[in-house]
Amino acid sequence: MKKPKTMKKIILFIAVVSSSLCIMAQDKMNTFPSVNLKTVEGKTINTSTFENDGNPIVISFWATWCKPCAKELDAISEIYDDWQDETGVKVIAISIDDARNSAKVAPYANGKDWPFDIYLDANSDLKRALNVNAIPHTFLLNAKKEIVWQHTSYFDGDEEEMFEEIKKLQ
Amino acid sequence: MNKIFSFLILCSSFVYAQNGNLSGNFQSDFQLYLEDEALGFNLENPGSGFPNERFLSNGFANIMYNTTNFSAGMRYESYQNGLLGYPSGYQGEGITYRYAQFSNHGLDVTVGNFYEQFGSGMILRAYEERNLGYDNAFDGIRLKYSPSKGIYLKSVVGRQRLFFNKGAGIVRAVDGEISLNEALVGLTQAKTQIILGASFVSKFQSDLNPSFNLPENVGSWASRMSLNRGRWSLNSEYVHKYNDPSAVNNYIFKTGNALLMSGSYSKRGFGLSLDAKRIDNMDYRSERDQNLQNLMINYLPSLTKQHAYALATIYPYGTITTGEMGLQAELNYKIKKGSKLGGKYGTGILANFSNVYAIDKQQLNDSTQIGESGTLGYTSDFFKVGEEKYFQEFSLEISRKINKKLKLIGTYINTEYNSAVIVGYKYSGMIYSEIVVLEAQYKIKAKHSIRTELQHLKTKQHEGNWLMGLVEYTVSPHYFFAVQNLYNYGNEYEKLTYPTLSAGYNKGTSRFALSYGKQRAGIFCVGGVCRNVPASNGLSLNITSSF
Repeated sequence: MKKPKTMKKIILFIAVVSSSLCIMAQDKMNTFPSVNLKTVEGKTINTSTFENDGNPIVISFWATWCKPCAKELDAISEIYDDWQDETGVKVIAISIDDARNSAKVAPYANGKDWPFDIYLDANSDLKRALNVNAIPHTFLLNAKKEIVWQHTSYFDGDEEEMFEEIKKLQ
Repeated sequence: MNKIFSFLILCSSFVYAQNGNLSGNFQSDFQLYLEDEALGFNLENPGSGFPNERFLSNGFANIMYNTTNFSAGMRYESYQNGLLGYPSGYQGEGITYRYAQFSNHGLDVTVGNFYEQFGSGMILRAYEERNLGYDNAFDGIRLKYSPSKGIYLKSVVGRQRLFFNKGAGIVRAVDGEISLNEALVGLTQAKTQIILGASFVSKFQSDLNPSFNLPENVGSWASRMSLNRGRWSLNSEYVHKYNDPSAVNNYIFKTGNALLMSGSYSKRGFGLSLDAKRIDNMDYRSERDQNLQNLMINYLPSLTKQHAYALATIYPYGTITTGEMGLQAELNYKIKKGSKLGGKYGTGILANFSNVYAIDKQQLNDSTQIGESGTLGYTSDFFKVGEEKYFQEFSLEISRKINKKLKLIGTYINTEYNSAVIVGYKYSGMIYSEIVVLEAQYKIKAKHSIRTELQHLKTKQHEGNWLMGLVEYTVSPHYFFAVQNLYNYGNEYEKLTYPTLSAGYNKGTSRFALSYGKQRAGIFCVGGVCRNVPASNGLSLNITSSF
C-alpha cells in the first residue's frame, strides 16, 4: 500500500531539519587534520606534532614554481621578527612540490633566507585534507589548533589582514 | 528518495555521535566562446575547434567528513561539455571519487579511491591535477602500517581511473621505508641521517594480442636512499622494470630502468642543487594500449626549470619516457643587505642550467631495426650520452627591492628546444629562443599595488617573436584588475595580437575571476603535466571556494 502523502512530507521535513542541524552542528571550528608530511631531510612527521606553546600557528601552502607564494613568504619574512615579538606566532611553510622540484625546496627556501619551518607534502595529502584548490592558501590556527581563519591567493599587503587576525587571538 | 533520506539522517547522526568535521571545496569554470575572424576561430572552420555548444563548463565539488580516526569523502564532477583543450574523455557528470579511511594503533586503512606515491614517484604515483584534467587515482584498498618508530610499510591493490571509467589492468604494490636514525637506538645521535626505502609494483592485464605472446604480469622494483649531514643532502632512486611491451614503446620486450640523483648544499642565504637522471624505456601504464597521460602508474619528473612567466611557457619540456638523460644545476643566493652589491634590502639571484639528451641506442644485430616490434628493441650503454640533444636551457633571475615601494625583477632565459622530439612539430626542428622579462612591483599606498611585466621572446624558428605586456592592479585583500596583450611578429604569417582583460574578487577562501579576450594556441603545462590548447576567444568565469 502507498504511504499517504502527508507521511512522505513529514519524513521529508524531518530529513531536512536533521540535515540542517547537521550543518549547524558544524558551527564550531574545524580542527587541523592529522596527516603525514616529510621534513626536508626526508623524515616522516605527523601534523599532530605541530606545536607553538599555545601561540598561534600560520600554515602556508607554497611551491618553488609559484610566484605569488614566494611573494607572500618574502613579505612575511621581512616583518617576521616584529610579528613574533608581538604575538609569538610561528609560520610553517608547506611545499607541494613533487619529485621534479622536491630536492630544490630546501636550497630554495635557504637561498631566500626564509626563517620558517619547511615541510614537504609531495603527494598533496595535507592539501587534499584541507580542501586547498589552488596555492597560495594560508590557514591560521589558534592555541587549540582549530582553523580560525583562512585565505586563498596573495595580493601585496594581504599579510596585514592576516596580522590583524593573528592579533585577535591574543 | 529513500536513499537520500537515509543519507541525510546518517549524516546528522554521524555529526551528533562523533562530533566530527564536515568540510569541502568547489570549483567551476564557465566559458562562452565567441567567433574571431583573425584567429579563424568560428563555426565555418571546423578545424579551429570552435565548439557547437558555444558555452562549455567544468566543475567539481569535494565533501569530506572527519573525526579523529575516521574520514570519508566524495567528489562530484561535471563536464557539460568539457572546456576546449581538456582531455576529450571528460564528457558528462557523476561521482568519480569516494573513499573511507580509518586509522588505529599505527594501522591506516583506505577503501575506495586514493592517491599515493612511493619514493619520488618514478615507480608509482597516483595523482590529480584538476585544472589539467589529470587524474589516475586508484580504486581499491590501501594499507599503511608503522610497526615501530621510523619504519613505514604500505600496500596498494587497485585499478586506476580513466575519465569516467577504470583501466583494465590491476596494480599490486608494496613499499617499505626505514629511517635508520629513528629506528635504531644506537644511531639517534648520529650526525649523518640515513633513510632507506624499497618498492615492488606489479600490474596484471590479460593478453588478447593476436600477434605477440605478451607478459600478463609486469613487475618492477625500486630502491632509494636519502643521506643528510648538516648542510649537505643526497637523494637517489633507481627503478627497474621487467619487459613491458606496449603501444608507447612499439611492443619491444626490453626491460626498462631509471635513475634519479640529487645533491644539495644549503645554508641561510645560499642554496645549490645538482640533479642527474637517466630514463630508459620506463613508460609504465596499467593498460598497455594507452597513451598521452592516461593510466600512468609512475611519474617521470622533467628535471628542467618550471617557469611562471607567460612567454617562458611557450616551449615547455616534457619527459621523453622512452629514453633520455640529463643534468640540472640551480643556484639560489641572496646578496646580503647593506653590502655594496646587495643594496639596502639585499639582492636575490636565481640561476638555473639544465640539459637533456637522447640515450645511446644500438641495433641488436644487422637485420633488426632499433625499436622493432616483437624484439628486445635495442641495446644501450648506460653511461654513454646519445647524440641527439632534446633540450637545453639557461636562466638567470635577479630581484632587487629598490626602496620601500618599488621592487624590480629581471630575467633572462636562453632555450634550445627540440620540437620534433618533444611535441612532434614536423617543420620546426630545433627552436632557439631568448627571453627577456622585466617585472616591476610598486606599492602606491597601503593595500594598493601595481605590477607590470614586459616580456620579449626572440626566435627565428616556429612562430617567430613574441612581445607581451601586462599591468595588474590589486587592492588587498579583495580585488584585482589586469590587462595584458601578446603580439606575435617576425614570422611569415599574419601578425596577431591576443588582448585579455580580467578582474577578480577574493573573500576568505572564495575567489571569483572574470576574463575576456583571446588565448593563444599552445602547450600548457602545470605540475609537469601538459596539454594542448587551441587558440580561442571568449568570456570566462572561474569560481572557487572551500569551507
